[in-house]
Amino acid sequence: MLLRPPGATGGAAEGPRCASILPLRVAGLRYAAGGQKILRGVDFTIAAGLPTLVVGPNGAGKSVLLRLLHGLLVPQAGRVAWAAPPEEARRRQAMVFQRPVMLRRSALANVAYPLALAGLPRTERAARARAALARVGLAHLAERPARRLSGGEQQRLALARAAALAPEVLFLDEPTANLDPAATRAVEAIVRDIAAAGTKVVMTSHDLAQARRLAGDVLFLHRGRVVEHAPAERFFAAPRAPEAAAFLRGELLA
Amino acid sequence: MEDFGTAFAIALRLIGSGDPALLGIVRLSLAVSAAAVLLAALVGLPLGALLAVARFPGRRAVIVALNALMGLPPVVAGLAIYLLLSRSGPLGGLGLLFTPAAMVLAQAVLIAPILAALSRQVLAAMWEEYAEQLRSFGAGPWRAVPTLLRDGRFALATVLLAGFGRASAEVGAVMIVGGNIEGFTRVMTTAIALETAKGDLPLALALGAVLMAIVLAVNAAVQLLRDAAARRAA
Repeated sequence: MLLRPPGATGGAAEGPRCASILPLRVAGLRYAAGGQKILRGVDFTIAAGLPTLVVGPNGAGKSVLLRLLHGLLVPQAGRVAWAAPPEEARRRQAMVFQRPVMLRRSALANVAYPLALAGLPRTERAARARAALARVGLAHLAERPARRLSGGEQQRLALARAAALAPEVLFLDEPTANLDPAATRAVEAIVRDIAAAGTKVVMTSHDLAQARRLAGDVLFLHRGRVVEHAPAERFFAAPRAPEAAAFLRGELLA
Repeated sequence: MEDFGTAFAIALRLIGSGDPALLGIVRLSLAVSAAAVLLAALVGLPLGALLAVARFPGRRAVIVALNALMGLPPVVAGLAIYLLLSRSGPLGGLGLLFTPAAMVLAQAVLIAPILAALSRQVLAAMWEEYAEQLRSFGAGPWRAVPTLLRDGRFALATVLLAGFGRASAEVGAVMIVGGNIEGFTRVMTTAIALETAKGDLPLALALGAVLMAIVLAVNAAVQLLRDAAARRAA
């Protein structure tokens, strides 16, 4: 069993655990960089369940939003409030970047590395890392240097690396942006698998078809604001915001 | 030119027969330079890694100073160590002047800034790539240092070899603090300088050939390391 359900014991050195770090409440989030306002006051709540897809045109602020939620960026205003103390919330989330960084090590060592940081005993690491690789179909490449893998394999490795931590929340930033259809299918299957095992996936995408396939709910971001946040079915059938409707019709939003 | 030809022939014979004096000099040279690289690496690599990941006031000044020290003239380094170790100097009581230990110290002082500056360059580039991912894993700059040193091991090995090449070819500093004492502190470079001055070309030529072979071997090793690194990280 690779992904333990939320609430089960995860990392090694940990204090008393809350039942869940969710829901995540975001209020009044603002972020600017280089004199440019990227997020202009963002409010929403993310609950446990099916994946939340953050969609919107390029430059809407999707990647920045994910980095703020994950704690890699500090907002100029507003709050990112987890249902657990920040330290614990931090330990129980993971993120996969659009261009994941492959350490200059074998695929297996790449998966084992964050497990070591999480304080997992050496004996457990290898077994858990191998299981994670097997789940993404990379068991046969375990000893291969990670940077020699193809783009699709690297993305799957990055997913295995994050999933091996058994996070309660997993942020994925455009995980299929640079992949061909076959690799995209493989990555989506893994994402579904991870979500089914009880991890809350929060994922950005500019691909509406992908959002339809994966989303439980949709957070539509446009020009640094959440224009609409709705269950996926409702969002795709009858978007309420005119910008969302235009985006769904395939119009280019300025 | 007949002299030169004869000298060259004798030089080859010295190398071929494994002349004990020649071997002793070569052995001491290698030992001193290797010890100096080891000593300098203990200071230089962590310092380079620290400068690559840490942000603190005065960091730029340290980097500029380090880059300047890379060009430190060996005779100046030798003079400084000489003053430090001479009988009336602060470390004079140790009695290290004109011993191989003093030569190790002088060469270490010369190449530590080189190792630090070069490793900083290598590791800063890697840190730029790794930083966000490692922070996501929950690793700050301090935890990143061993990771960078490990993942940068091929590049760092070439940095160490560059330091070794510089140390083994250096003459000014070891001449001043070692004293070029026969059978005790005479190394390849100081022997070449002395024998050439004396007009005893065979030994100078033989040592020169050995020194060239070592430089060649060091560079071949650098190339092999680069290839190995490229095979791992496309």
